[in-house]
Amino acid sequence: MIPVVLYILISVIPASSDTLNPPRVLSSSFYPCSDCHQGLKTNLQVRKLSFHDDILIEHDKLWCLDCHSPSDRNRLRLPMGRTVAFENLPRLCATCHGHIYIQWSKGIHGKRTGYWNGKKNYFICTECHNPHSPSFRPLRPEPPPLRPERTIRRD
Amino acid sequence: MLTRRELLKNSVTLLGSLSLGACLKQDIFKEKFRELSEEEKRRFLKRLEERYEKRYGIKFSVRDTPPQKGVVFGYALDLSRCIGCRRCVYACVMENNQSRDIPIQWIRVLRIKKGHFAPSDFESAEHYYNPEKVPEDGYIYIPVQCQQCENPPCVKVCPTKATWKEPDGIVVIDYEWCIGCRCCMAACPYWARRFNWKEPYIPEKEINPDTHYYGNRPRMRGVVEKCTFCIQRTRNGRYPACVEACPVGARKFGNLLDPESEVRYILDNFSIFRLKAELNTEPKFFYFFSLGR
Repeated sequence: MIPVVLYILISVIPASSDTLNPPRVLSSSFYPCSDCHQGLKTNLQVRKLSFHDDILIEHDKLWCLDCHSPSDRNRLRLPMGRTVAFENLPRLCATCHGHIYIQWSKGIHGKRTGYWNGKKNYFICTECHNPHSPSFRPLRPEPPPLRPERTIRRD
Repeated sequence: MLTRRELLKNSVTLLGSLSLGACLKQDIFKEKFRELSEEEKRRFLKRLEERYEKRYGIKFSVRDTPPQKGVVFGYALDLSRCIGCRRCVYACVMENNQSRDIPIQWIRVLRIKKGHFAPSDFESAEHYYNPEKVPEDGYIYIPVQCQQCENPPCVKVCPTKATWKEPDGIVVIDYEWCIGCRCCMAACPYWARRFNWKEPYIPEKEINPDTHYYGNRPRMRGVVEKCTFCIQRTRNGRYPACVEACPVGARKFGNLLDPESEVRYILDNFSIFRLKAELNTEPKFFYFFSLGR
């Protein structure tokens, strides 16, 4: 059976003193993955999944086990085979998106809220991007300003 | 035709009625707010708070937080990220108590066809765009608001000295001294200033009671207003509302004098430009492209 649905809040980098709230990763509601995967045989074949079929991978040509470690289900896998914990997720993203990682660590990529001269709220990769489908969807824009002729009162 | 006798008579009546009213010195024979003593300032702000509390029915705070030492504010906007969604526009309206019935918006988002953008020419810019979804293919979006010029033309033309540049670089307006001549609006090359043609209307539920005297306190009919980098927030260390509202993180704000700040990183590491730089207004609002889109 599916284990108890669990939203885990993991505190991550950069845990410097100017962090307002501990940055958080919203992990899968199925975490820890090993609860189910422990008894399952690992199938390395690229295929259509019968479970987790709601996950649509639109992330170049990646396949689950490129990022999820087949040997340690509760960790992520770096391209060279080493694993990192979920809370170090930016490490994994940085292996492909190095220049973005640098910009993010300087506060250029992504968003910081809070205080420009003090405590900041950092948003980490998966707080804005869906890791399985990271491109932003187009948005409905807010309404345009009124044309001046529409603002004249006729009474 | 008004005879001299009538004129004299009228003036005497006017003066009489003025002195009769329970009007305070500050209301009629206005002195410049910044020339008041600390105690007079406190008293005046208190009276403003009471006035607003009566009108909007909630607790108000009108502060006059002074500029911080060693701080000059700068802003940077990443045009390769901006998707033209106007979230910043409405976050600004809510934060800064802009008029809702005859809408006043301090931020204008321009849409320009790719390849037609020139930092000094907005002939082909469109700000009434309203597609189903943004961003659209073949367009870039350029939000424009007060550029907080180091050499502000609006300040030069003001006949009552109701607008000036503060030590932290923010160009402010003393609404009590603005006579609504709108010379500053004509002088601004960025179309950043707005005029209250009527008493602004803000629904009581949506009023932001956390205000600054030179910033988002409710305005009156006949005065000019504009972006102040959210003076009520930034002078207390917070990011402006538009920075926090941007869903793609295109807006960056900080202290230009701090080499560790985000804006300084942008100035040091990216190709930046300013709008209409040839006018020598020296804006402290920078635009840059962090990547291709």
